Amino acid sequence: MREVHLPRSLEELWPLLDRRPRAALYAGGTDLLVRMGRGMENPAALVCLERIEELKGVNEHGDHIHIGSCTTHSRLLAHPLVQRHLPVLAQAVKTLGSPLIRNMGTIGGNLCTASPAGDTLPPLYVLEAEVELRSGGRVRRMPVREFIRGPGVTCIEEGEILTGIRVKKPARDLLHHFEKVGRRNALACAVVSLAALIGFSPDGVVRRAALAWGSVGPTVVRCPEAEEALLGQRLSADTLQRAAALVREAVSPISDLRADEHYRRRVSGNLLLRLAERPRPGSSGIPPGCCSSK
Amino acid sequence: MEIRFVLNGRNTLVETSPDRKVTDLLREDLGLTGVKEGCGAGECGACTILVDGESRLSCLMLAAQIEGRHVTTIEGLAQGEDLHPVQEAFVEHGAVQCGFCTPGMVLSAVHLIENLSGPTREEIREGLSGNLCRCTGYTMIVDAVEAAAAKMRGEGSS
Repeated sequence: MREVHLPRSLEELWPLLDRRPRAALYAGGTDLLVRMGRGMENPAALVCLERIEELKGVNEHGDHIHIGSCTTHSRLLAHPLVQRHLPVLAQAVKTLGSPLIRNMGTIGGNLCTASPAGDTLPPLYVLEAEVELRSGGRVRRMPVREFIRGPGVTCIEEGEILTGIRVKKPARDLLHHFEKVGRRNALACAVVSLAALIGFSPDGVVRRAALAWGSVGPTVVRCPEAEEALLGQRLSADTLQRAAALVREAVSPISDLRADEHYRRRVSGNLLLRLAERPRPGSSGIPPGCCSSK
Repeated sequence: MEIRFVLNGRNTLVETSPDRKVTDLLREDLGLTGVKEGCGAGECGACTILVDGESRLSCLMLAAQIEGRHVTTIEGLAQGEDLHPVQEAFVEHGAVQCGFCTPGMVLSAVHLIENLSGPTREEIREGLSGNLCRCTGYTMIVDAVEAAAAKMRGEGSS
């Protein structure tokens, strides 16, 4: 039998982590309890964070949005601030797991699991999100791209937890785009995914581009060369093909059960081509980043 | 440890280990065998229960987590002899074959209709996408949920 603790506040949590420094922490349990069930982990004690209300919810602070780490994917998806300001994140969360997984799993858990296929990661990279880490004594903030060190590895330290995610509200006229290729629609682990945030000049030329791929490297892959190839251009098929060729060079996918390396490399580039079909923000009255994913 | 919770509308007190899987607690200790365990990894939905009205996977919850919560299993859905409209629709539309997925499927459908009173067929497919059925091909399940939602809105007859 193993201890299971359910602290109700951070005040209750800190002394508990002092007493049980080796305890495994979880919120939704959709990763940890699966690994325990398969005998891959066997912690002596568990701390479940799901009852700590101060770790839940989405709030606006001036020009930033703060997302509590224990906010479930379902709550995130339903939240007006996420729908209005962070459509690229909403599009990704919509494809994550299944409704049941989304009712349990949290954005903080998705980050701490640090899977190369984590669906919320590419959007958080293009949004240049920051994580907030707390322990009993201190608070640290760092960009998500620094927080994630490798597959399943983050820079979280003993006695520390991820308390929240901070995102600067993106300009309202950006194109938000997320697409995931999996083996099936529901409950699909990404074979390749792409998150894109694109800004246009009034004449339809790209003035800024942020692109991030999931599942094609040990962590999320950015490709500054491809972003640069889009700058000053219209998103024509030719421009996107040129950027796609650069992406296929930049990614470092592996072959696994879901797909082989060559397929992943090819699809990483191909996913960019879809950007030509996306309605431009502000055109035809479609709101920026209006969700068209399945 | 002692765990107090409301199970299918009744105050319940059980003595169990805090890390007991909720599926096992419900099936083996409390005899509610409508809760099934399929994959044990959150991929099949056979173990679906409602916790405070929200659909969850009981195979990925530990006993300590249900302290103070309202838990509904398939056994708690009917009012005496009167089936829940979703259960009734499953019977009428032949949405059951082997039956293993049915309890979880029905509970996910109940949660879906409570959040979306007039779901489209696409929304029903999406809402049930975490519950796998290997027999029916889903068409009759979608028919049943569509009919149940209409009935619960007070439309049509069936």
